[in-house]
Amino acid sequence: MAEQPYTIVIGLEVHVQLLTESKLFCGCSTKFGAPPNTQTCPICIGMPGVLPVMNRRAVELAVKTGLALNCEIARFSKWDRKNYYYPDLPKGFQISQYDLPICRGGYLDVPSPNREGMRRIRIIRVHLEEDAGKSMHDEKAGRADSRIDLNRAGTPLLEIVTQPDIRSPAEAKAFLTELKLLLNYLEVSDCNMQEGSLRVDANINLHIPTEDGQYVATPIVEVKNMNSFRAVERALTYEAQRQYEAFLETGHRLGDVPKQTRGWDEDAQLTRPQRSKEESSDYRYFPEPDLVPVTVTDAELEALRQQLGELPADIRRRLQETYHLNDYDSDVIVNQGRAFVDYFCQLADTCGDGKMAANWAQQDVLRTLNERDWTITQFPISAAELARLLCRVKSGELDTAKARMVFGHMVDHQATVDEAIQSLGIVQVDETELRQLCAELLASNPKVVAEVKSGKDKAIGSLVGQAKKRNPHVNPARVKEICLELIRQETT
Amino acid sequence: MSLSELTASQLLQQLREGRIKAVEVVAHSLRQIDQYDPTVGAFLRVNRDHAFAQAEEIDRRRSRGEKLGKLAGLPVAVKDNICTQGEPTTCASRMLKRFVPPYDATVIARLKAADAIIVGKTNLDEFAMGGSTETSALGRTCNPWDVTRIPGGSSGGAAACVAARMVPLSVGSDTGGSIRQPAALCGVTGLKPTYGRVSRFGLVAFASSLDQIGPLAQTAEDCALLLEVLAGHDPKDATSIPQPVPPFSETVRQPLEGLRVGWVREHLGEGVSPSVLAAIQEAIKVFQSLGAKVEEVELPHARYAVATYYIIACSEASSNLARYDGVHYGYRTDEKAMLAELAEERRVLQQQGKSEALEDLDTALVRMYRKTRAEGFGAEVKRRIMLGTYALSAGYYDAYYLKALKVRRLIRQDYDKAFQKVHVIVGPVTPTPAFALGEKINDPLAMYLFDLFTVGTNLAGLPAISIPCGFSEDGMPIGLHLQAPPLEEETLLRAAHMFQQVTDWHRRRPPLLDRQAVAT
Amino acid sequence: MISLAEIEKVAVLARLLLTPAESQQMTEQLGKILEYMSLLNEVNTENVEPLAHAVELTNVFREDRVTPSLDREMALANAPHRDEECYRVPAVLGEV
Ligand SMILES: [Zn+2]
Repeated sequence: MAEQPYTIVIGLEVHVQLLTESKLFCGCSTKFGAPPNTQTCPICIGMPGVLPVMNRRAVELAVKTGLALNCEIARFSKWDRKNYYYPDLPKGFQISQYDLPICRGGYLDVPSPNREGMRRIRIIRVHLEEDAGKSMHDEKAGRADSRIDLNRAGTPLLEIVTQPDIRSPAEAKAFLTELKLLLNYLEVSDCNMQEGSLRVDANINLHIPTEDGQYVATPIVEVKNMNSFRAVERALTYEAQRQYEAFLETGHRLGDVPKQTRGWDEDAQLTRPQRSKEESSDYRYFPEPDLVPVTVTDAELEALRQQLGELPADIRRRLQETYHLNDYDSDVIVNQGRAFVDYFCQLADTCGDGKMAANWAQQDVLRTLNERDWTITQFPISAAELARLLCRVKSGELDTAKARMVFGHMVDHQATVDEAIQSLGIVQVDETELRQLCAELLASNPKVVAEVKSGKDKAIGSLVGQAKKRNPHVNPARVKEICLELIRQETT
Repeated sequence: MSLSELTASQLLQQLREGRIKAVEVVAHSLRQIDQYDPTVGAFLRVNRDHAFAQAEEIDRRRSRGEKLGKLAGLPVAVKDNICTQGEPTTCASRMLKRFVPPYDATVIARLKAADAIIVGKTNLDEFAMGGSTETSALGRTCNPWDVTRIPGGSSGGAAACVAARMVPLSVGSDTGGSIRQPAALCGVTGLKPTYGRVSRFGLVAFASSLDQIGPLAQTAEDCALLLEVLAGHDPKDATSIPQPVPPFSETVRQPLEGLRVGWVREHLGEGVSPSVLAAIQEAIKVFQSLGAKVEEVELPHARYAVATYYIIACSEASSNLARYDGVHYGYRTDEKAMLAELAEERRVLQQQGKSEALEDLDTALVRMYRKTRAEGFGAEVKRRIMLGTYALSAGYYDAYYLKALKVRRLIRQDYDKAFQKVHVIVGPVTPTPAFALGEKINDPLAMYLFDLFTVGTNLAGLPAISIPCGFSEDGMPIGLHLQAPPLEEETLLRAAHMFQQVTDWHRRRPPLLDRQAVAT
Repeated sequence: MISLAEIEKVAVLARLLLTPAESQQMTEQLGKILEYMSLLNEVNTENVEPLAHAVELTNVFREDRVTPSLDREMALANAPHRDEECYRVPAVLGEV
């Protein structure tokens, strides 16, 4: 990475939708993609007289997230109203948590983007709140007008706020990737940015070193509107450079100007200032009188901790230690989720070769899953059966090209290894027969044998070609091996 | 004996014994409404056809020997801030004039399940904010005892319709005295249950931590009957108390032995009119004559209750009423006129070159909100929204809202201490009998101070009852206030019933009834 | 106690539009009320925990189960301005 004349300081505010069946305070479904205003009821429309009742599962998911993020879980937390007016906020306030969030402190260790170990990003707080609906701008009515869909209103959201510990746009992306992975593993959220189940705002400024060894901080800018992890990285890269140039031009430091909000424009690839009204920041928080506080006991915490299961960082470590995978391979496997990891481990254990299992899992299995849009649970070949195939490759009974054919057939026809081999008409050459064939070839090709003896192992290639002509089913790699072996035996 | 002489309990008895039919009871109720409501103005809407149909159905079911609900065939009036599915629920506000809830409040569902006949919705102060029913944007209610005076509020319609014998039972809501105060001023019995005893689901919120639905009727016995149906845990209300409901209607007739009654010096002193004072002192003597021990208790923070109450109630109200913004339901300002007005303001500012003011000019959306709310709410509601918004705003939160919450705890602790000594605390409900319509409408603070004896109960979440205990020299009813510890509604009802067994204040009828009855 | 300028600020926060006369009257009335409320200043509330709920319950939950939503027509029935699918409002994005 090119050396910049400044340090970038980034803190993230991440909102994730929880994977509950129903909304935070009512029984409406949280399913994505329903026609507008078909998943609402008097409670989430905020009709006069209605009352919220807290979804137990949402609180549990919030606590699980807090535990996985190494947070301190509040033994007593309460709900507050955040008051502001917006058409997609039907009650005129959002039920959130202000001074007693459910989780505080904590951290997430993130693989450093340049693969230099791990970076610890501290978490300030995690709290539960309700989502708002959606406003859609519509100009076709002849005048500017907005349409409001409340399907999303009242969906449980977790707000996760980090310390400004992130030092580069790539690191911000790495944090989000790791967070998403963790929340996927916990089944807390699917973190799908396209569907809006993960949204992120970033606070960013620069520390620019001065000659006296100190530094000046540039004004903090909140960047919004980033719709993918890549967009986050690009927006922050752009914004850092913009701030540096702005500093050179204006000399503005932190505190000189009010905090600015800028939106990322994906098409133009730049951030633009967003209009925000001064008074809107007076949210008049106060305790939500319609909801009662939540208390958590040690026993309840322990029970939830038991439900966490093995988390991505631990699995990564285990894959590296048990199967001797490198960072990259373990990452790829862990990123596929818990079911895939289980599949891989069974495959590796049964075939007894971690590296080989990793290659097949990543190349053949993953490619198939992607091509057919399957999850590992839909994959027709069991780990045990795939291990059987890999064993044949290891023993030389099948070459890789044939094994791939067999694999393809197994996938298409839900066949066992044996069935596939049979249907494909692959005749396996008997070892004795193969040795016999090789001996004959060596005998009739003394020139080749001489070349090999003089150190040109490559010469054996021509024998492989002849072997294939005599028996198309032979495994070329095995022919090579046997021939070399026989020549060596001859010399000793 | 005319049907309007009968209490709900007596009517129920006769209905059960088949001596009268539900249709007769409903017909009588509607006749009373026809005759007196044009003068009194208790109802915003009467559900004539539906009430009849329901009564016929109940009679049919009874004749077939089917099991009927606890209130089968009894007409009930419901305050118009309690949601009724498919029927307008207006809160006496322009804002909700055309609002039709798609759901029933829990208490409505319970009333229906008990086969009660909901005859109509009663008038109230707009969004229950007021103590005289004068802030209603949809109608004027007057006191049946003297039509030039207020019926009290905010459940003014709920109390007036019982006083004028239009219905035997009425459902109100009490945030700072809104059941007890009109009950006192109209000479009926009204009970505010323990906070959490009756579900608030479907009660249009004024101040969520204080609101409570309760019964109004002629007697404590009738209140017990209605409360038994209204009360009970509701999973739709997280603040609802998960406790079984005692059979109030059965236990109400059991006299209390060894009752200890407390009184508070400040409640019987300065500012209380002589007639009220005399009536309360007389009532205390009645309790003594019934064997109760009477002693003085102290509520040292009672004098801060009004200030505490109005800060908390208005703060919560400012948030609860934020939903009325003209987007999802309710009133919205004329958009064309609003946009034209805004364009004109912009033009003028541009012309004057006032760029800063131009920058601050409302967006169309913000102006839509502001104009909608300015037109949809009345003066008192706006005042309270302003007060609450201010008390919660940055820089004032600690001084007002937080301070009030702390004093609220002190007020609660005072009660806890007092109730270690006595079972109930008695005193006046109001400092004076009903005042004249219009008398305090332009003096909000005077209106607020009229609540000084009732708001403490709500701050502490206690149950309390108001029962008739006398009349002023000019013939206006006076109410006796009994407050009890949380969940002690039974004590209140039994004490009140004992009192009503030996007094007849609750049986007096407004002269209006006899005058007009003679005239017709 | 409270100035006219403050009243105007609070009115924006509360989304109320007051006429100049209303603002003036509101300033006087709220001033009087707030003055009365300063009575609370004489109460010593040191070490007193605020009391936000009259009944101090904890842990009241509902189970995570889907219940039927309102029919869209019912949901939108009370809307002052709507189309087939949505509520309609003046543009949420700033300028007219
Ligand atoms: Zn809903």
